[in-house]
Amino acid sequence: MASERVPGTRRRKKRNLLWSEARDGYLFILPWALGFIIFTAGPMLASLYISFTRWEIVTPSVWVGAAQYVKLYNDDRFWLSLYNTSYYVFIGVPLHLLMALLAALVVNLNLRGIHLFRTAYYVPSLTPVVANSILWVWIFHPTWGLANAFLSWLGLEGLYWLQDPKLAKPALIVMSFWSIGGQMVILLAGLKGIPTALYEAASIDGANWWGRFWRITLPLLTPALFFNLIIAIIGAFQVFTQAFIMTDGGPNYSTLFYLLYLFRNAFENFRMGYASAMAWALFVIILVFTMVQFKLSDRWVFYEGDLRQ
Amino acid sequence: MPAMSTRAVLELVWAGIWYIVLCFLAVVLALPLFWLVTTSLKTGGQTFLMPPKWIPDPFVWSNYSDAFRAVAFHEYFWNTIRIVFFATTGALLTASLAAFAFARLRFPLRGPLFIMVLSTIMLPSIVTLIPTFIVFRTLGWIDTFLPLIVPLWFGGGAFNIFLFRQFFMTIPLELDEAARIDGASNFRIYWGIILPLSKPVIATIAVFAFIHNWNDFFEPLIYLQSPENWTMAIGLRGFRDLYSTQWNLMMAASTAMIMPLLVLFFFAQRYFVSGIQMSGLTGR
Repeated sequence: MASERVPGTRRRKKRNLLWSEARDGYLFILPWALGFIIFTAGPMLASLYISFTRWEIVTPSVWVGAAQYVKLYNDDRFWLSLYNTSYYVFIGVPLHLLMALLAALVVNLNLRGIHLFRTAYYVPSLTPVVANSILWVWIFHPTWGLANAFLSWLGLEGLYWLQDPKLAKPALIVMSFWSIGGQMVILLAGLKGIPTALYEAASIDGANWWGRFWRITLPLLTPALFFNLIIAIIGAFQVFTQAFIMTDGGPNYSTLFYLLYLFRNAFENFRMGYASAMAWALFVIILVFTMVQFKLSDRWVFYEGDLRQ
Repeated sequence: MPAMSTRAVLELVWAGIWYIVLCFLAVVLALPLFWLVTTSLKTGGQTFLMPPKWIPDPFVWSNYSDAFRAVAFHEYFWNTIRIVFFATTGALLTASLAAFAFARLRFPLRGPLFIMVLSTIMLPSIVTLIPTFIVFRTLGWIDTFLPLIVPLWFGGGAFNIFLFRQFFMTIPLELDEAARIDGASNFRIYWGIILPLSKPVIATIAVFAFIHNWNDFFEPLIYLQSPENWTMAIGLRGFRDLYSTQWNLMMAASTAMIMPLLVLFFFAQRYFVSGIQMSGLTGR
């Protein structure tokens, strides 16, 4: 900055300019700032407060201290919903990401007409989750569905996909593979960003396809994988619509996911205190989990900038 | 010459193998969509056949008119379009305003405030849901479109601020300085210079806002109660409750909900790709 060389009058003018700039800056972010207070910070604090009360909307709220959290701790159904959700998160998300990675690798090939395949793989991920859910109930239909027709061609017995408590969660995970398109496109962008010079150099050094994949592609793709993993896990912890439409939490509560149980408490039984305690418990779980992931990411996520240090 | 041709042959063989893999995956991923569309064109009796009948005979196009007559899908469609329009307008205006300030104006606490924006991107919406619901209920806004529109006029979503800011950072600052020397106000620079240069990012955000509102299920489920206010997503759920054994009609209704998205995709493909790459948003 060369401001000391500016003569006095101009410096004063410049200070005015800066003041007006700051004023305009605050004015421009005002809608966001109000929204942050009204729709984010305020409700967060309010839901924390509500979680320490008993409140059924129609009756006045009563301060009960940590009673809702104690009740949560002793609620078998809460633990079951957390287990179901964890199953969906920790088995579904890594498999989903792996599938997306495989799809991204094949559509990254330099072949004629490859963009047609990219489009074909991406399109299913556009289907709205409600339409998607209704379609897959039909696909999983035990007598007339596509899934069992497929099994019978292979000479296998049909399955009761959504009617069997042991199969319902895996069925929802299988269904999620259908919409790998979004993640595939992000990973594809990551693959395109890897400099070809690195591959050329490795080829000259005699690295084969496998060695190039392990030593160049995968390390340089870890930031994209990490980003996808974080976003997908936060999303999967809040899985709702599929279970709400397809199984209504059944059979035998095997797809009673966390958000579905919370929804029932809040909007069917109007137990706002209990539901708020659930919301905060989930928030803390997600927060801790995300922080742990960021901590662990040092060990496996590779940033090109690290090279320079 | 022979050595070269063996190499060429090998390359050809590999290309063949890859095409087989690609086609296999394409068939697997396309089958559910194929199943959706063919079921939507079958007679009621033909849906209950095993092994399934792949090509409907005859094509029952009237399934679509039957589905549309059964439930007021045209109303759900207009409700959804209205919500999309007003929500997206608010999001585009207020998110770009905030992003302009974060990208091109200097003011105290700019950095920490922007970190606050970023931190809300990852905030699970569930933690604000109940008090927000109660506020809207107290205001008497339940069963109106307002809870789905008004919040977007207050910042338009942290993620959109981030996307706009990313884009604004790529526009040379000299443009602002030149305009300022000519006496242009900051709002004039934002409205007259930066926004006209930002059509690609505006289109991207608008496309994704459309998809989001079209697909959103949870919020309309909570806020919209009477059927005349339903969106497509909620209406489709209601349709399923009424016609849960008529798979051909249900598939026709589902196809009708998916089609506008496919049409949008084929007209605005490049905004989809750039949007996903910028954002990493995936369907939930």
